[in-house]
Amino acid sequence: MSDVILKAENVSKQYRLGLVGTGSISDDLKRWWYALRGKEDPFLKIGDTNDRATKGKSDYVWALKDINFEVKKGEVLGIIGKNGAGKSTLLKILSKITSPTTGNIKFNGRVASLLEVGTGFHPELTGKENVYLNGAILGMTKAEIDAKYDEIVAFSGCERYIDTPTKRYSSGMTVRLAFAVAAFLEPDILIIDEVLAVGDAEFQKKAIGKMQDISKGEGRTVLFVSHNMAAVKNLCTRALVLKNGKTEFEGDVEEAVTFYLEGSENDSNVNIFLDRKGNGKLLIKEVKVHGEKEDVKPQTGLPFKMTFILDNIVQAKFIDVQMDLRIDDNLGQRIAWLSTSLVNCGSDDEVVNKLIFKIDKLNLNKGTYYITTHITVNNEISDWIQNAFSFEVEEGDYYGNGALVSTSQSKALFNFKVLNEL
Amino acid sequence: MQKDKWLFEITPKNNLLDLNLKEVWQYRDLLMLFVKRDVVTVYKQTILGPLWYLIQPLFTSVVFTLIFNNVANISTGSVPPFLFNLAGITIWNYFKSCFSATSNTFNANAGIFGKVYFPRIIMPISVVISNLVRFGIQILIFVAFYIYYYTQGADISLNRYTVLFPLMVLIMGMMGLGLGMIISSMVTKYRDLKILVEFGMQLLMYVSAVMYPVAYFAEKLPAYVWIVKYNPLAVVIEMVRYILLDTGSFNGLMLLFTVVFTIVILFLGIIIFNKSEKSFIDTI
Repeated sequence: MSDVILKAENVSKQYRLGLVGTGSISDDLKRWWYALRGKEDPFLKIGDTNDRATKGKSDYVWALKDINFEVKKGEVLGIIGKNGAGKSTLLKILSKITSPTTGNIKFNGRVASLLEVGTGFHPELTGKENVYLNGAILGMTKAEIDAKYDEIVAFSGCERYIDTPTKRYSSGMTVRLAFAVAAFLEPDILIIDEVLAVGDAEFQKKAIGKMQDISKGEGRTVLFVSHNMAAVKNLCTRALVLKNGKTEFEGDVEEAVTFYLEGSENDSNVNIFLDRKGNGKLLIKEVKVHGEKEDVKPQTGLPFKMTFILDNIVQAKFIDVQMDLRIDDNLGQRIAWLSTSLVNCGSDDEVVNKLIFKIDKLNLNKGTYYITTHITVNNEISDWIQNAFSFEVEEGDYYGNGALVSTSQSKALFNFKVLNEL
Repeated sequence: MQKDKWLFEITPKNNLLDLNLKEVWQYRDLLMLFVKRDVVTVYKQTILGPLWYLIQPLFTSVVFTLIFNNVANISTGSVPPFLFNLAGITIWNYFKSCFSATSNTFNANAGIFGKVYFPRIIMPISVVISNLVRFGIQILIFVAFYIYYYTQGADISLNRYTVLFPLMVLIMGMMGLGLGMIISSMVTKYRDLKILVEFGMQLLMYVSAVMYPVAYFAEKLPAYVWIVKYNPLAVVIEMVRYILLDTGSFNGLMLLFTVVFTIVILFLGIIIFNKSEKSFIDTI
């Protein structure tokens, strides 16, 4: 096990909720009184799990509870989880910003963390002065920065402004300069939060490329936190899924991402619609967009359902109703048109209260889609809602062989065969 | 065993005296850059720039001279009152700026501290050093007036204790640092202290012999003279005036007391600061 570079054992972190005031001073005194008598901290025994949605009994919560993991040299570990799962807390502990309540973490190398780009940038200082200051804050010595200064400036593409105070920079330029400094850090272990979520498309591409160089080319150990599953899959070799402060899954990145997506709550229930037209005889009350089960997010290549709960004021029958769905992509381009007039549901004379549109194998590429609904009763418009709701499709394996189609190539995927006829 | 050879470890508790000076040394470049930043950026986009460093003590001295010496008739002996006040204010200001800036270390730098790790003590130390630069500029103006009054025949002179001047400055800096670190650690959770410090500084100045000689206080208010007499700040200020202007008295025992007091405060400050730096970000 000589190549284990980082080892976390039983790491837990407790937070006190609510305000700091007289309550906390009495707790502090109590804690101090226990410590004075050599007893264990009384507040370590209590505390709820970190579930943001439920109201807990205690003022204390465990943001992290008994996290154990190891990272080997050269490995890129992704840390994924919902908001509030404890990712940032874990990163803060790993980068020594705060200490764990219990447990310990051992390192075998120099650590640098990048939880934000441009930490410590002073608006009054020039670009050059900020490069030195920021580099030093991130743990570089002056000599190291001197050696890389030209590369940093070239990478940032801000050469012309380098002697101007950074307060005159555009926000994009500041980010570029700051990332350039960080990109030339040379620690043994690099800890990165979602810093790539900034900057324009070109810059993001550059940043991801640089990250790949760091991890793959230079064989450095990286811990990477992100919500961007594609980036995680792309960069990481292994991943850790956190949920409510506990490790839910640890292992291969593909399995971890699948585990995370299946376990993630699907909250695309929509019941508020604006800007609707029509006579209102038959209205949409609620829409749910989901995968096979209601709590699964839609994913390419897997079953997909859109459930419409209707408010059928005139008790219209299926035969008299036509419901159309127009699916647009995020740029407003029409991708598909689905309609009850195209298929037969087999119960023409029943009153419609709930309609489900089902696609057995979703052939939309990953991305965001916007739906316009159009309902007519006896050929009169009853409920017409432009861009009624949107939903996200997660990346999935449509062709069953791991091949992915770039979203810039196509939004819709087709089943097809290639025949090599002789 | 390979398994036990870890370079460093993060644990919930830390050793009280785990100062980690080696780490501070590794970050010396950062320390100097912080000092540079503090000195350079304060008066950016001002017309008078560093002149402001001089204007503050000068005007304060003028006002003090008018109020305390001309209106309230406090006697400064044979020393020109203006020079007397300038000496007191310059050294007092050094303590005050060190103390008030370091006592706000955690709150003022929560943004940086919350995003990146470096030895936190770098921040208060950089404050003390950048204030030293400012003090250095202010002492120049004192020297200029000193020479002026000297050539005018005022009864001032240096003496053999003048060599102790750097020690006095060091004591003031370290006392400000120590006290500031103690307060900064507590202020993260209970902000009451910040308000206390703000007006406490005002009161402290009046009992630190800044604008009067200790002997004058003893003569007018003998019942309360202990407040001033055993106030380490007053001891240093009185001492500075003695070694620069040859006024007042030299008391070796009190100096020793002050040095011991400073060392104790500094260590206490470092210990408390070290203890709170690990988790202050949770409470700030």
